[in-house]
Amino acid sequence: MRDLSKTIWDVIVVGGGNAGLCAAIEAAETGARVLILDSAPKAYRGGNSRHTRNFRCMHRGPLSVLTGAYEKDEYFDDLIRVTKGKTDETLARMTIAASEECLPWMEAHGVAFQKSLSGTLSLSRTNAFFLGGGKALVNAYYNTAEDLGVTTRYEAEVTHIVVEDGAFTGLDALIDGTPSRIEGRAVVIASGGFQADLDWLADAWGSSARNFLIRGTPYNRGVVLRDMLNQGAESVGDPTQCHAVAIDGRSPKFDGGIVTRLDCVPFSIVVNKDGDRFYDEGEDVWPKRYAIWGRLVAGQPEQVAFSVIDAKSIDKFMPSVYPPETANTIDGLAQKLGISGTKLRETVDAFNAACRPGNFMPTELDGLATDGLTPPKTNWARPITDPPFYGYSLRPGVTFTYLGLKVDETARVSGPGGPLANVWAAGEIMAGSILGEGYLAGFGMTIGTVFGRIAGQEAAAHVA
Amino acid sequence: MSLDIPQTQDATSEARRQIEICNACRYCEGYCSVFPAITRERAFGDGDITQLANLCHNCRGCYYACQYTEPHEFALNLPAALAEVRVESWARFAWPGRFARVFQQNGVALALALALSIAALFWALTALRPESGQGFYAFLSHAAMVAIFVPAFVFPFAVIAIGLKRYWREAGGTAITMAHLKSAFGDAARMKNLSGGAADGCNFEKTDRYSHARRHAHHAVMYGFLLCLASTSSGTVLHYVFDMPAPYGLFSLPKLLGIPGGFLLTIGAASLAWLKIKADPSLGAPSVWGGEMAFVFLLGATGATGLALYGATGTALVSPLLALHLGTVLAFFLTTPYSKMVHGFYRLAALVRDAQLRG
Ligand SMILES: Cc1cc2nc3c(=O)[nH]c(=O)nc-3n(C[C@H](O)[C@H](O)[C@H](O)COP(=O)(O)OP(=O)(O)OC[C@H]3O[C@@H](n4cnc5c(N)ncnc54)[C@H](O)[C@@H]3O)c2cc1C
Ligand code: SF4
Ligand code: SF4
Repeated sequence: MRDLSKTIWDVIVVGGGNAGLCAAIEAAETGARVLILDSAPKAYRGGNSRHTRNFRCMHRGPLSVLTGAYEKDEYFDDLIRVTKGKTDETLARMTIAASEECLPWMEAHGVAFQKSLSGTLSLSRTNAFFLGGGKALVNAYYNTAEDLGVTTRYEAEVTHIVVEDGAFTGLDALIDGTPSRIEGRAVVIASGGFQADLDWLADAWGSSARNFLIRGTPYNRGVVLRDMLNQGAESVGDPTQCHAVAIDGRSPKFDGGIVTRLDCVPFSIVVNKDGDRFYDEGEDVWPKRYAIWGRLVAGQPEQVAFSVIDAKSIDKFMPSVYPPETANTIDGLAQKLGISGTKLRETVDAFNAACRPGNFMPTELDGLATDGLTPPKTNWARPITDPPFYGYSLRPGVTFTYLGLKVDETARVSGPGGPLANVWAAGEIMAGSILGEGYLAGFGMTIGTVFGRIAGQEAAAHVA
Repeated sequence: MSLDIPQTQDATSEARRQIEICNACRYCEGYCSVFPAITRERAFGDGDITQLANLCHNCRGCYYACQYTEPHEFALNLPAALAEVRVESWARFAWPGRFARVFQQNGVALALALALSIAALFWALTALRPESGQGFYAFLSHAAMVAIFVPAFVFPFAVIAIGLKRYWREAGGTAITMAHLKSAFGDAARMKNLSGGAADGCNFEKTDRYSHARRHAHHAVMYGFLLCLASTSSGTVLHYVFDMPAPYGLFSLPKLLGIPGGFLLTIGAASLAWLKIKADPSLGAPSVWGGEMAFVFLLGATGATGLALYGATGTALVSPLLALHLGTVLAFFLTTPYSKMVHGFYRLAALVRDAQLRG
């Protein structure tokens, strides 16, 4: 293994996910000598990007796999709606405009696309799906980077960015556990959020955060983010907030990814471990509501909840990765879920009694609401009567955190004395600038691609 | 008709476990027809798993793209899981099943069959040498050739027909229409799925980089084989219908079909063997690696010995090369129902069934 400390690298990229790879490729294409350091072993390379499936792309007419048109203003309106205005309009509009040319750039650098997946037809106009998902995208970028002469070192955790007089000179990293100082002329920080550091989450959220599941990589622990903040880098985003959805409670602690999602909530009643309902399960169609359920479940005792349906609804949603608990009586189901049978029966009975006749329409707001129940269920309220009964446990699954480094339009990071001369950031670690709240499907990869490319170009221009 | 070997649950339940994860994920939908077939169902019976396994052509795209491969606890390796089910299903459907195990898994057994066939031909050439005759028939009479090769040709097809019938029952197949056949043969002829779906090739020998090498090599073998078959058939027609027995000149139909066919077959098989050596065996069914490799050599040897025989025309080598070539062909046909060769038949059946299920 070549000694990384012997070279003065032109550009060092911290983190080999989507944003870091885009930066590395752009920089290497100018002839710069580029090093990628990633804390994960090779098998887990690609961070959270490995778990993605699509990116959101502006386009004026049909483009590759994208149908119709998705213009700038519509895209921006969608962003304003989910962030409730918590965005930097200049950066947001710039990202949206740049997304259009990302697609051909991605194709030219090895990414293949596919038509939108079954069950996600609603996204066929706005989101371009990666063939094989994010891991295939990551593989393609690593191959492209390798062909361009980029050096990649896995199991290399960056612990400190050395900034002297407003400029980066090198960094400290644990290479296979051994501390090393590596020198470079520019750095792109693309090491994701801090959601895998449960202590940090617990500081921000309270000790209940230790019961949260982390949907993505265990390696995004925010080590470099904290190091930069300690050095006075300007931050952005609410430090106490994370994006969390309700996922299958039996999922792995880390890296469960997309398959752990559960789409049964709108057709179910959801109770906490005391057997009580706590929120309107039928408030809106699931894609618009699934993000609030992470928070709702996080607010329940022991951060757990149970979604209960009957035989009528079992085939109304995408199959789950783990089979549901199944029983022929509500009591039997309660026992399997580990909650009180008497209590669950009372809750189900009260719910059933409040259901009204009407037309059930699974794919639209059908107005089939309960009458006189608190909290109400305002759509898809059908009595739970037909055995077998099914139950899934739900836990909050964290996707990403909002706190990050503030950047300008050139992806440059600012320190206490203004913009740093040669430090850029891209991807999740700066996404809070644009996505201050909520989430827009496919926007994380758009931000990473747009800013990764800019950061790589800027860093390369700086060292040229 | 009861099967000689029951469907074991190990391979099938492992494949089912993985398929259920895929059905919750679906990221690989664009690679091949396996995934669209998965998303049409929620629960997978044993027959469904067999059908899905035979739809898979081991391109490995879904392995390298999977975020859940080991060391992840979901331990996805769908190409391997389906390969295990697939080779097991061929052994199970074959009659008699014992043979299938032997030739599928064991390259030595196949080599032995080859040696025996060649020896048999040497014996035939010495014992049955005719008084007179032209070309090859100077060494082995036409009647003797027919006596050996007609049964050797009919037998495998009869056995494969039994297997296909068993397959069809297990996969829940219904009455076949022209439209189903058109769709299946269309896919097979273009090897549509081998092209990687929306991908630029498959991930066979260059790990996560895409390549068309396997598709090209497979095309060469398949069309080479079909040309050789057509060459023999045209010879048969010339012999019986037009009363024009062999030998044939260079510009005759049998030679015009056979020579390019022989080259394609030989080169294609050599490339397939090379690709197989480069590819990661743990993404296939490791137990049959040796048997499959031997099969590829046997296939290539039918082409190579045929060409050698033609090249030796008029020399003293004709007699031994004739034994070699005919022995190879004999071994190839006799072991067809039990070798990798059956994949073509089951794959076609799976494509027909898939066309039915797509409606
Ligand atoms: C299950 C799931 C599905 C998602 N689906 C989508 C989707 O379909 N579309 C979309 O747009 N977004 C999606 N997202 C969000 C998306 O994953 C992120 O927005 C995006 O991947 C961020 O890219 P990145 O390059 O900034 O970070 P990452 O891809 O997470 O890469 C960060 C890298 O930094 C490395 N690293 C961390 N700390 C250090 C350190 N100290 N030293 C060295 N290396 C370090 C990590 O190992 C990792 O490889 C999804 C997220 C999850 C969890
Ligand atoms: S192979 Fe992996 S990535 Fe592909 S569909 Fe299955 S689980 Fe998803
Ligand atoms: S190996 Fe290829 S053909 Fe087989 S299931 Fe995976 S993608 Fe489909």
